[in-house]
Amino acid sequence: MNQVPDEKGRFGKFGGRYVPETLMNALLELEEAYNHYSKDPEFQEEVCYLLHKYSGRPTSLYYAERLSNHLGGAKVYLKREDLNHTGAHKINNTIGQAVLAKRMGKTKIIAETGAGQHGVASATVAALLGLECKVFMGEEDMKRQQLNVFRMQLLGAEVVPVTSGTRTLKDACNETLRYWVSHVEDTYYILGSATGPHPYPMIVRDFQRIIGDEARKQIVENEGRLPDYVVAAVGGGSNAIGIFYPFVGDETVRLVGVEAAGRGVDTNEHAATMTKGSHGVFQGSLSYLLQDEFGQVQPAHSISAGLDYPGIGPEHAYLKDSGRAQYFPITDAEALEALQLLSRTEGIIPALESAHAIAQTMKLAPTLSKDEIIVVSLSGRGDKDVEAIMGYLGGEQHESH
Amino acid sequence: MNLIDQTFAKLKEEGKTALIPFLTTGDPDLETTIAIIQQLEQSGADLIELGVPYSDPLADGPVIQRASERALVNRISIRDCIDTAEKARQAGVKLPFILFTYFNPVLQFGLEAFMELVKTKGISGLIIPDLPMEEDEEVRALAEAAGIHLIPLVAPTSKDRVVQISRKARGFVYCVSSLGVTGVRAEFHSGIDDFLSTVREATDLPIAVGFGISSREQVERFSKSCDGVVVGSAIVRKIEEALPLLADASSREAGLRQIGEFVSELKV
Repeated sequence: MNQVPDEKGRFGKFGGRYVPETLMNALLELEEAYNHYSKDPEFQEEVCYLLHKYSGRPTSLYYAERLSNHLGGAKVYLKREDLNHTGAHKINNTIGQAVLAKRMGKTKIIAETGAGQHGVASATVAALLGLECKVFMGEEDMKRQQLNVFRMQLLGAEVVPVTSGTRTLKDACNETLRYWVSHVEDTYYILGSATGPHPYPMIVRDFQRIIGDEARKQIVENEGRLPDYVVAAVGGGSNAIGIFYPFVGDETVRLVGVEAAGRGVDTNEHAATMTKGSHGVFQGSLSYLLQDEFGQVQPAHSISAGLDYPGIGPEHAYLKDSGRAQYFPITDAEALEALQLLSRTEGIIPALESAHAIAQTMKLAPTLSKDEIIVVSLSGRGDKDVEAIMGYLGGEQHESH
Repeated sequence: MNLIDQTFAKLKEEGKTALIPFLTTGDPDLETTIAIIQQLEQSGADLIELGVPYSDPLADGPVIQRASERALVNRISIRDCIDTAEKARQAGVKLPFILFTYFNPVLQFGLEAFMELVKTKGISGLIIPDLPMEEDEEVRALAEAAGIHLIPLVAPTSKDRVVQISRKARGFVYCVSSLGVTGVRAEFHSGIDDFLSTVREATDLPIAVGFGISSREQVERFSKSCDGVVVGSAIVRKIEEALPLLADASSREAGLRQIGEFVSELKV
């Protein structure tokens, strides 16, 4: 495949920069700064140092033997992004972007958050690097993730409730962009997913590709060969693009994205952007999108706040349409079942997002032979979800929306 | 000759500044939108910006967001908005119409079919706020062929881009008065006057200023340096305030008058 994105920020036909003129200069400045610093050894060294000493990378690639035996097919390896500082892959990107912000001379950072993981990761690096931090979060999500709201406040960040639209991640993104427009001079926007206008999908991928770079090296060390499948959950798609990207050129490795089917792809309550969406422009880029016939963006639903998003990063749209990656939907119920299975067989409580990837693995592994290998991105740990899960499994009335 | 060009030419002869109100089509319903457009014309409007309601209006502040939400309750589509221009014309409105729409509804309609419809329904210009010059090539070519003006936005942060954007502009150049989203504000970007003169130097087209203009004093201030002034959120807020009156047939006229009086005050 060709080098993507091209100089216009296009992954094939996808991507681009569909933003108001008021933001264009900030995006061009960011692109210029990123092109400069990404080639600067000192910058790279600082990012690597923090990933290693502060976040604890490399994360392990763990052979989940009991899970593999239980499923009775392929060997399942888990890329343990849950072992990162703050408990998810999100910090890979926030460290990179916060160091970039500092180099660019910005003193304030802003971020959007859905489940709160990216918000916590942003608040964390802001504290670490001495930057002021505001996190925009949908009012609905704030209710669902109270612990993460408090965590961000403890870290010294201001959590700004978003009351527009659906009051979830999509509107938190809108509000962060709106705020950024009026504060571009001193404020850096740390976008948390592989979405948005160019150069964000590229920057986020580049900072997250460490997941795949490490996993590729580790599996070759362990097994002497590349895996047959790489499986990852997809909301906006940052952990998935991070683990997929270093394998894109390896034609024997099949890339499997797992999206949230919510209450089912045949209901109106899902976040299955690839299965049920169509091409459209949303939050700055052309990609797949859940929309109605008139081009109005439709609200998404998932038990997992991190997958509850009607769009998806443009590079995933490119991988799907070129046939390089395949995307499958997993329902709330299937994700909950997978979460319990992993907890009981391996002693690992995964985040609800990552549980979707485990659920797809539960379907895939038994169809494969014992000498085939699946690498799964375990993007985050489940601590943040425990209270909600208790509600679901305890049979209490606990609506995720 | 495009109606926008005719209007600006005439105003220039008369030494006047164009007053360009914005309203969200279908807020609160399509029939009322037509009545409001007629009222705006009688009250001194020179051009009309017809907003297409959108679920994710990135460039807009809370007032226009709320108007979008009200219109979307009735699932107002981009086609409804274009038809509204035609119906207003049939009802006797003479002003040029500019359709203000985010890009995705246009993309889903189909670019060619959209441009054909816009042309046949008597719309003279387009503003697509999330389509910067890097992305507008196809739309610009189609608009050019249809004789529809694609009106670009320039911002105080556009810097070197002002010249490139102005060169491709048609109709007029829309200057964003301040950084941020649409909405009423007391202060404008500190370099606003320098910015406006930069734009003036870069183009022979009329220049209009918008975002945050809400009072007669502000209109007067910009009339000295601009050929047109766009008033959006302030008018949409007046419409919002008049909603209870507009909802009832007996008080409807009073509601329209209330909106009209505000617009008359703005007219210099």
